[in-house]
Amino acid sequence: MKGFKLTFGVTVFMFSLLVFIPLASILVYSFSLSPAEFWEIISADNVRNSFITSIVCSLFAALINCFFGVILAWTLVRYEFKFKLLLDGLIELPFALPTAVAGITLSKMYSNTGFPGKWLSKAGIDVAYTHLGIIVALVFVGIPFVVRAVQPVLEKLDKQYEEAAYVLGAGKLTAFKRVILPEIMPAMLTGFGLAFARGIGEYGSVIYISGNSAKEKTQVVSYVIMQKLNYMDYAGATAVALLMLVISFLILLFVNIVQIRQSRHTNEL
Amino acid sequence: MRRNAEDKMNKNKNRNKIAMLLTAGCISLLLGGCAASGAAAGGAGETSGEGDGNGAITITNVSYDPTRELYAAYNEAFSKHYEEKTGKKIEIIQSHGGSGGQARSVVEGADADVVTLALAHDITLIEEAGLIESGWIDEFERDSSPYTSTIVFLVRAGNEKDIHDWDDLIKEGVGVISPDPKSSGAACWNFLSAWYYADRQYGGDEAKIKDFMSKLYGNVVVMDSGARGATTTFVENGQGDVLVSWENEAISTVKEYPGEYEIVSPSISILAQPSVAIVDENAGKNGTTEVAHDYLEWLYSEDAQRIIGEYNYRPSDENVLKEYADKFDLNMELCTINDFGGWDEAYAVYFKDGGVFDEIYSN
Repeated sequence: MKGFKLTFGVTVFMFSLLVFIPLASILVYSFSLSPAEFWEIISADNVRNSFITSIVCSLFAALINCFFGVILAWTLVRYEFKFKLLLDGLIELPFALPTAVAGITLSKMYSNTGFPGKWLSKAGIDVAYTHLGIIVALVFVGIPFVVRAVQPVLEKLDKQYEEAAYVLGAGKLTAFKRVILPEIMPAMLTGFGLAFARGIGEYGSVIYISGNSAKEKTQVVSYVIMQKLNYMDYAGATAVALLMLVISFLILLFVNIVQIRQSRHTNEL
Repeated sequence: MRRNAEDKMNKNKNRNKIAMLLTAGCISLLLGGCAASGAAAGGAGETSGEGDGNGAITITNVSYDPTRELYAAYNEAFSKHYEEKTGKKIEIIQSHGGSGGQARSVVEGADADVVTLALAHDITLIEEAGLIESGWIDEFERDSSPYTSTIVFLVRAGNEKDIHDWDDLIKEGVGVISPDPKSSGAACWNFLSAWYYADRQYGGDEAKIKDFMSKLYGNVVVMDSGARGATTTFVENGQGDVLVSWENEAISTVKEYPGEYEIVSPSISILAQPSVAIVDENAGKNGTTEVAHDYLEWLYSEDAQRIIGEYNYRPSDENVLKEYADKFDLNMELCTINDFGGWDEAYAVYFKDGGVFDEIYSN
């Protein structure tokens, strides 16, 4: 327990300053509303629709990220090729790029005049200004989470297990399903949770590509909060923010529980 | 034993993951905070009154997005004028952003000496926070609006869809680009001009006006969060046939892309009066009240009025305005916000949650 007091103290201090106090202030702010007012705000059509849009789009984006993120991590870990370091370095770029820049670029590319948006829209698939556009933006901002979570686990994975599986007669698919997947599953879930959380709160990259139409239900929660802030409706904005916090917390808690179960299961194999 | 050790390690791993998650949360929160106060930081950073190291006076002007170029030019001219007049050097720090957000940043503590915003209402919000004394609107000439602008249409060269007035925007197959009135000040002006047109057309029959507005907003293909975003959508992404836009933005777009766009002036539009005011509380503290007054007063001088005309805003001085008769369509009939009972009433009736805009847009 040496050093516990100090590190724990620092943890509590930083956590309070950066997380706990801001979150508590949201809670306090929303107390200025009566329960009836609170309910009226959060049950409005545009608010409800924005929650559905944000959660569903983030979910899809996180799933897509899990799929492609694992492939990307696999490619980076298992193969040697030219410019591998370069590709590896590019993974974090979505974090460094200002999200508005990403949003404007993506909306230009995927509108029906850009490339590849032109071809997609000829095939009847409109991306920009639809839910699909929101998912594209969220995949962009979320992919590094999955890659960076899975990569170190794959690196440490002993190839002997795989070889043993082959020796025992397993096909490639079985070996992946029974040997590799259980090992990377906890990391993948961590990546999933992070990408999902980022997606629910994302603002900059989404608003340029989503079209923000209340009618088409392409407004995300953070956009609705900004709408309210623009009219200095602090109470309304905090009410929506509070609900968003509660929902995100519950979802992340659920992901964490699943992930802890999964890693216990993995270790029992 | 081994299993136990592994279990323990694993628990630690999980803990690490949770810690990572929390850290990521902290970081995003922090970044969010930065973004929110980013606009404020521009002004709050190094503002100070008289008595700077080199003896220069510094004032901060918190303004809105499309005035960037105008104030860059005006500030240069004003500092020259001020130095000639008083022998003192002056430095002006500019800050730009969405008008509502800029007002908010001043309320939340950005150290602005003067504000030059898109709507009188945004300044009223600062007044309500106790930073500006009431009666500011009469402090300078013409309701403290040294320049005005209006709403026009921007169409692609050739005007294929034959758009000349507001009623052409409700025709089937016409794609309209106009931002969201719930998050953009410019969008409110678009809405109110169209409403005024329909009001005239249908002799005040509210059901018919609402039907007209419903059709108009049914034709809006992309509803951006702000005026700049809408211009990007129309110009860069090639969406829609007509952009409902600030006149000054439309003129600069036409200049920037010669031969690609045309301006169409509707028969009726609205006179937008961007307002200016001294932030009394801050200026008093910084000892800059007098300078701030000179700074805003000089906007009405003939030299400044010409700069305003050059940068596509309508000069409030009628003689100077006439010099730019070829630039601005002076035959448009312009209503004002007073025709809607002032900004507060317009907001309460049309743009509040559950107001007229929600009604016509959900139909």
